[in-house]
Amino acid sequence: MKYIDEYRKKDLILGIAEEIRKISKKEIALMEVCGGHTMAIHRFGLHSFLPPTISLLSGPGCPVCVSGQHFIDTAIAYCRQPGVILTTYGDLIRVPGSASSLEKERAAGMDIRIVYSVLESLEIARKNPGSKVIFLGIGFETTAPLTAAAIAEAAKLKLTNFHVLSAHKVMPPVMKALVKDGVKINGFIAPGHVTAITGTSIYKDLPMAFGLGVVVSGFEPVDMMQAILMLVRQIEAGKPNVEIQYQRVVQPSGNVKARKLLDTVFELKDDYWRGLGMIPLSGLKIRGKFSEFDIEKILPVDVAMAPEPKGCICGMILRGLKKPTDCKLFARRCTPSDPVGACMVSGEGTCATYYKYRE
Amino acid sequence: MKTREDKILLSHGNGGRIMHDLISDLFMKYFGNRILEQQGDSAILPVYVTTVVAGQHSGSRSKTKPAFPEKSGLVEIAFTTDSFVIDPIFFPGGDIGKLAVCGTVNDLSVSGAVPLYLSASFIIEEGFPMKDLETIVRSMASEAKKAGVLIVTGDTKVVNKGKCDKLFINTSGIGKIDNAARLDRKISSIKPGDLIIINGALGEHGMAVMNARESFNFKTPLKSDCACLNYLVREVLDNSSSVKFMRDPTRGGVATVMNELAGMMPYGIELSEPDLPVGKGVRAMCELLGFDPLYIANEGKVVIVAGEKEGERIVEVMKKNKLGKQSAIIGHVVKDHPGKVVLNTETGGKRILASLSGDPLPRIC
Amino acid sequence: MCLAIPAKVIQVKGSNALVLIGDTEYNASLLLIDDVKEGDFIMLHAGFAIQKVDEEEAIETMRLLNEVAGYDPES
Repeated sequence: MKYIDEYRKKDLILGIAEEIRKISKKEIALMEVCGGHTMAIHRFGLHSFLPPTISLLSGPGCPVCVSGQHFIDTAIAYCRQPGVILTTYGDLIRVPGSASSLEKERAAGMDIRIVYSVLESLEIARKNPGSKVIFLGIGFETTAPLTAAAIAEAAKLKLTNFHVLSAHKVMPPVMKALVKDGVKINGFIAPGHVTAITGTSIYKDLPMAFGLGVVVSGFEPVDMMQAILMLVRQIEAGKPNVEIQYQRVVQPSGNVKARKLLDTVFELKDDYWRGLGMIPLSGLKIRGKFSEFDIEKILPVDVAMAPEPKGCICGMILRGLKKPTDCKLFARRCTPSDPVGACMVSGEGTCATYYKYRE
Repeated sequence: MKTREDKILLSHGNGGRIMHDLISDLFMKYFGNRILEQQGDSAILPVYVTTVVAGQHSGSRSKTKPAFPEKSGLVEIAFTTDSFVIDPIFFPGGDIGKLAVCGTVNDLSVSGAVPLYLSASFIIEEGFPMKDLETIVRSMASEAKKAGVLIVTGDTKVVNKGKCDKLFINTSGIGKIDNAARLDRKISSIKPGDLIIINGALGEHGMAVMNARESFNFKTPLKSDCACLNYLVREVLDNSSSVKFMRDPTRGGVATVMNELAGMMPYGIELSEPDLPVGKGVRAMCELLGFDPLYIANEGKVVIVAGEKEGERIVEVMKKNKLGKQSAIIGHVVKDHPGKVVLNTETGGKRILASLSGDPLPRIC
Repeated sequence: MCLAIPAKVIQVKGSNALVLIGDTEYNASLLLIDDVKEGDFIMLHAGFAIQKVDEEEAIETMRLLNEVAGYDPES
């Protein structure tokens, strides 16, 4: 497949690995903040190509993981309302809430449908005018514009039975929060598809104020190896900067049209991140102008904040402070088939990835 | 009891770890016997048979000596059962009826049996279109004829609307274990160096059905690979002296079957990602939805373990059959990491292939 | 939020485009990008084209990579 196969060539990976090994002298830690990167590192076994001077940390890049139990509990409360069709990306189906999950609710007879695209939700709303169709909006800046486009379309078509429950979040505040928190890293591997939307200006504080380099990376193994090489070069030269490895997709200005649409429909709000607490202006809520599509405005439900499950250290793992193997529950009480925390359920959650790909 | 749930969940039917726990905690606990414990695709039943040799009256009038000479001996019969609840009941490449016949024929074949007779039981929802039922029944007849098996008994039940999803089918099958086939059923004869072979491309059934079921709106030429494998398997067994293991990688895919096998041996398994046959359509759908072809169901595939020297020959034999055109050696048994399955990736890395936990879910992350 | 796949545009139809991934077709939404024409490659994410793939940049990236890796694809 074009633009995939050539970025998986073994010889290229080995060649870049050799170059990294030649120049890497300092002991460094690089953090990626995107579940897709976590997956790629493990799926392609990239650890084995890196010299012992380089360690890779996984940050809070999994939108499912950082959304917390309360979001799932709220979604469950909605699916139990009469006349509701809940539509969701597959990622959320097995995430444990405090007492149940969407999968369990579906098995109990609730109308919950997995969609590949929010466009299908719109279609379901069109075909079922008597039902309230709720779409669970999760994801960062790559996916939030899609939800925004769907809401804009619903407004245009006067599809008043289409609603969104938004848990969308944005990247930059959490990256800064981590650094201020004192997480020991020397550079960021930045998410390629988020940046394709946002452009690179969101990262400019990181080298300037914190001396941390940022390289925007694609998701194929060759992309990530090249991004790591670029970061190592920056660090060895003591010249932190914002660079783009993923030049075939990412422009410095990002996708202006998508951002405009995002801004029309959503506005920033303070938001709760699992394991990190409240981070100012890090979440997205639907603007008043489109409040008829905001299910929380149309049909408020009261869902109590449940305490985190005992022994679960997802929060520490999401901040890169601990590894899954540090968790007492990992691979014992908490497994992909019977997860305790979201990091294990989400296919690209750090714990699930470690579990699947561990040696 | 390891099973923590107080209700049956969908995952209990997924073929993964939760289902295996249910089988051992509940069914084996109450039903357990030596034959059930084999837990193969079919139960191998020893039947002691006495046959009369015709036409040679011995003239004896003794009460203890038989008038006609008799031959007594042990015959092994394979017996298996499977239920089919697939949704949608019609999909590219087949339907629930075709699946019901092929699934049971294949379970018998991979046990080394010649499939002979099937039963077919139908549980039908009131209101189900007669036309659709006829299409499905015709499809079953056609597959049975192709496979050379007879459907000899059956049952029909109709339930109120809403009490079952359109149509459920159960097929049970009987086959004769052919001693001349020399199938070695002992897992204990597998040793490091033995080869893992498959007769074609991975994941076609699972992805075709998923695409037909969901509203994802992908247009793909993908078809289920659903097919009866008994003739292919017979050709392999007739031409090989050391097939040591065969299984059809249905739900859970090749990775799950390999894990089951590795769990039964003091050795490990290594699969080679560059050698896995994967069609264009499956590859595209898997990349789009974040799936791994190794975990997707197949209904026209058999995984074979055979001695090192036989591997190439088996591949050549299978390639002559229309169901084996893309046969390939995909891995081998190793001394290392006993009980575990490792994949040597296309990029030169290694990773563990764990058993499937639940149906793969499409993801956007 | 990452799972996006390169897809080839076969036909543009208003605010949608028929795209090809391998041999699989999909009707992708173009609500988030402009100036898409037949033959372009786009990144397909959850039903939407989120960005175009720049062929020239891709070639340049490959060239740099091959240089670093000391890898001559012709050899």
